[in-house]
Amino acid sequence: MSDIWWMILRRLALGVLTLFVVTLLIFGAIQLLPGDPAQAILGQAATPETLAALRTELGLDLPAWQRYLNWISGVLHGDFGVSLANKRPISELIAGRLANTLFLALYAAVIAVPLSLALGILAALWRGSWFDRAINVLTLSSISFPEFFVAYILIFWLAQSGLFPSISNIPPGAPLAEKLYRTFLPALTLTLVVTAHMMRMTRAAIINLLASPYIEMARLKGMGPTRVIVHHALPNALAPIINVVALNLAYLITGVVVVEVVFVYPGLGQLMVDSVAKRDIPVVQAAALIFAAAYILLNLAADVLSTLSNPRLVNKR
Amino acid sequence: MNGNPADGRFGAVSRRSLLRGATALGTAALLPLGSGRAAAQPKQGGTLRLAMAHGSSTDSYDPAMLENAFAQLFATARNGYMTEIAADGSLTGDIAESWEASPDARVWTFKLREGVTFHSGKPVTAEDVIASLDYHRGEESTSAAKPIVAPIVEIAADGPGTVVVTLESGNADFPFVISDYHLPILPATDGRIDPLSPDGCGGYVVESYEPGVRASMTRNPNYWKLPDRAHFDAVELLTIIDAAARQNALITGEVDVIDQVDVNTVHLLQRAPGVQILSTTGTQHFTFAMDTRAAPFSDNNVRLALKYAIDRQELLDKVLNGYGALGNDQPVGPSDRFFADLPQRAYDPDKAKFHLKEAGLDTLQVPLSAADAAFPGAVDAAVLYSEQAAAAGITIDVIREPNDGYWSNVWMVKPFVAVYWSGRPTADWMFSTAYAAGVAWNDTFWDNERFNQLLNEARSELDETKRAEMYREMQLLVRDDGGVVIPMFASYVMGLSDAIGHPEQVGANWTLDGFRAVERWWFA
Amino acid sequence: MVATLRFTLWLAVAVVAAAVLGWLFRAVLTRIAPANAARLLRSAPLSASFGMAVIVFYLLVAILAPTIAPFGEREVVGAQFMPASSEFLLGTDNLGRDMFSRLVFGVRNTVSIAFITTALAFAVGAVLGLLAATVSGWIDQLLSRVVDVLMAIPALIFQLLLLTIVGTSIINMILVIALIDSTRVFRLARAVAMNIVVMDYIEAAKLRGEGLWRLIIREIMPNAAAPLVAEFGLRFCFVFLSISALSFLGLGIQPPTADLGSMVRDNATLITFGEVTPLLPAGAIALLTVAVNFVVDWMLHRASGLKE
Repeated sequence: MSDIWWMILRRLALGVLTLFVVTLLIFGAIQLLPGDPAQAILGQAATPETLAALRTELGLDLPAWQRYLNWISGVLHGDFGVSLANKRPISELIAGRLANTLFLALYAAVIAVPLSLALGILAALWRGSWFDRAINVLTLSSISFPEFFVAYILIFWLAQSGLFPSISNIPPGAPLAEKLYRTFLPALTLTLVVTAHMMRMTRAAIINLLASPYIEMARLKGMGPTRVIVHHALPNALAPIINVVALNLAYLITGVVVVEVVFVYPGLGQLMVDSVAKRDIPVVQAAALIFAAAYILLNLAADVLSTLSNPRLVNKR
Repeated sequence: MNGNPADGRFGAVSRRSLLRGATALGTAALLPLGSGRAAAQPKQGGTLRLAMAHGSSTDSYDPAMLENAFAQLFATARNGYMTEIAADGSLTGDIAESWEASPDARVWTFKLREGVTFHSGKPVTAEDVIASLDYHRGEESTSAAKPIVAPIVEIAADGPGTVVVTLESGNADFPFVISDYHLPILPATDGRIDPLSPDGCGGYVVESYEPGVRASMTRNPNYWKLPDRAHFDAVELLTIIDAAARQNALITGEVDVIDQVDVNTVHLLQRAPGVQILSTTGTQHFTFAMDTRAAPFSDNNVRLALKYAIDRQELLDKVLNGYGALGNDQPVGPSDRFFADLPQRAYDPDKAKFHLKEAGLDTLQVPLSAADAAFPGAVDAAVLYSEQAAAAGITIDVIREPNDGYWSNVWMVKPFVAVYWSGRPTADWMFSTAYAAGVAWNDTFWDNERFNQLLNEARSELDETKRAEMYREMQLLVRDDGGVVIPMFASYVMGLSDAIGHPEQVGANWTLDGFRAVERWWFA
Repeated sequence: MVATLRFTLWLAVAVVAAAVLGWLFRAVLTRIAPANAARLLRSAPLSASFGMAVIVFYLLVAILAPTIAPFGEREVVGAQFMPASSEFLLGTDNLGRDMFSRLVFGVRNTVSIAFITTALAFAVGAVLGLLAATVSGWIDQLLSRVVDVLMAIPALIFQLLLLTIVGTSIINMILVIALIDSTRVFRLARAVAMNIVVMDYIEAAKLRGEGLWRLIIREIMPNAAAPLVAEFGLRFCFVFLSISALSFLGLGIQPPTADLGSMVRDNATLITFGEVTPLLPAGAIALLTVAVNFVVDWMLHRASGLKE
């Protein structure tokens, strides 16, 4: 078991390195984007004089590497700085939105993960049946529609009839039940978007194992098909399933800009897109750090779990 | 009112009213005229929930920025300004009760209204006005309003209730200029304003503000325009960027008013129960701007060929779904008091070919840059234009540019681009912003000697008839020599719940009743 | 109630039609195909035959687009939003272009772009993933860390950054989407292969002294193929969505080129009024996705070695 701890530790150290590289990459990419923050902030209203003045005010006359060093030394001291565009402290800007993003991701995950595992197992169990086909067609259709389109269809069905609100406008201090009610449509949209991927991977990974000798053996012993799948096939199919689940969870945190826009849900994605548009580097960096950290942690968890699920891997390390 | 609308034409202002302006609210401009829902008596009460297509998490209170309609309307709701553009396009006083110009229109004396206070309770004085205007002036200013206040040479107080502004040269329209939404009057301490403070002297007091999400406000109980204005008890402004989400929020009753109704689906929204559509056509126009310094646009025959190669009616019908008015390649709209009714230029591929030949060309191939950031439907408009121009032997290669960075990387950089102009309340202001030689936003880099001379003369000319003649010639010059194709003036199209009442005349200078729907409208 | 009944009826008709189409397609194909291919095809379930029929149909549409479409791709032929008629089979779009012709060209453009992108992403991602798992050591570490970094940046934001830097053209778009997709494929391929390389037969093959590429292609690839094929079916349709999301940011395919993703985007607001126009391009994507994945399911089934 100590091998696992060693691996976690090493991966965490690597994770910090990854974060560092991500900040470098994002910083560099924003430098490469045409236009600087001064131009982006002033927009159509820019004149050469105001541009020059704003560049001085924002410290853009410093060389890029120096601005990066200033930023990262701030971060290492726990200070994320202030937004270039509106001078607000970034920690304050991000805190509320991060909570919103995590809430929605968790909400969608709690529905989507059990649902897709169950559907995947059932589809593998009854493979080739009408149930299998129907579930496949349904989930595939739902992911072949763009997210905003799924959202519009749900709004048309569930919001125009008055069942659920069409925008997730949550008054501050709303109780949990109301929050759940008001964010139901975005959570459902996300569920539809991620379910197909996880469900199909579950189904494929299980079916892939069904011809293995040890499954044959179990079957020959007279074990029922459900028992075979749940007790023998599933544990060995876990590695790819866990990986896909982790990918989708990361997506729920980092990739939901479009759903945020359609349901007017103030999450991190919208903040990051707005900030990229304004070349507001400190905010983009802070959001990128959070997204990257979420991804790294989920990935690590997935790797640990899939290693644990395969004794051969545990012993190899 | 000291000055009467001279001849009753829309937006007309007599010379007297212009040079000596003043106001009494609740009279001419605001008195509901006809009957019907729109004209029902205003009633106090209720919380207005207004959703807008704009608003970014990078917004702030800073009046030097205010880069989108949400920030602009929010600023107008919480702040007071020196003057206000009334719903009919005329000018009325706000914090300035009256004003008077020196005979050369160079020195302007504004008398401040007594008893106006900030939300904090502090009375508004000349010191506040000076500090508020000064904030946008000077070397270090990064204000978008810097070009507007640049002609100011000196601002001085003459006692606590009078401000004297001296300009470098005469400007008969100066009181219009300082109605700009960038120039709210904010409280000063030690001669400086705090640009990031929510305090102001407008109709609504800020309760909370989350940039890019929402702003909540309640009525200012000490607002000087009460009871004629600020009928809602409270106002909630929401940012809903997605067009479909905005329309659905209105249909499902989550909000009471939305702006920027998608014109492609407006006929469907109209059918929804409990929804009314309101549209106003003012100064907002869409253009295709050519760089007149660069070949082939440096040849006026090429410019004319391109102007004859566009079917304005088809663009108006298909891109705006009819919600707008035909453009005539010059930026002064019919609501302007100096609008010259020039013959409408029509789609004529043969004339376009003729001008190509004059330019010594058989065919012409030009790139046209567009993005939906330029204006909603700009890419579609460019595609249509390219189809129409093909009939005149002109190949227009439409390039869809990224929305991101459009104004810094494409506009005034690429030679032929789609542009959005909200327009300006006066012809002089519009021309000196984007058509005078060498000004920062002259996006066609046009330099016409006669035009520049006329523009300077007309600005300080006090005889209205002479002035009208000059502006007529300028409009002709832009139309026939300028580097801009102006296919259409675009309406502001808004969706309102049936419960909303508004005055018969709704301001068209900006969306949502000139950004003043919050204080001019009510729950019927 | 009537609406539900009618819907059920249409659904039943569609299912039966799909089954008949699949059956006919299989019947025709088994006739004309060479003997061993015909034997294989005869074992195909109806769903897979249907899928193949649809794929062939899309291929035909893509190849013959200029012949099939009654009007040009960019031609403005009428007023906006004209209803369907004998002249305009599916009506016209917001600029007055023929919807049917746009759909046909949209299929041609989008399907080819999506196929190239996915193939590229898999070629790069799968090979590197299998390689990393097989040789492990520092190559694995390096590749995995690079992929970690690339994946740690949200895909949409990353695409936005890259495309704004390199400029939008179809080739750039294919490369950028393929790069980002290949990281996902890499991870999956590596994870699957990790489970295989520790199997005894691989050890045996290594002891036999099989070369690296032979090991990867002959021993590991066949056993890792199933989940990768399943992933291919999904990734393929994700490309449509990526293009659609990019057009949301104004970075998609240059107009007036028709593509299905942007067509959904352009007409999407109509769906909230109960109008079915946007369902056409969206349905075209969905039908192809379902078809591709039906075939994938069949291949998966065969790969698993199950006889039932």
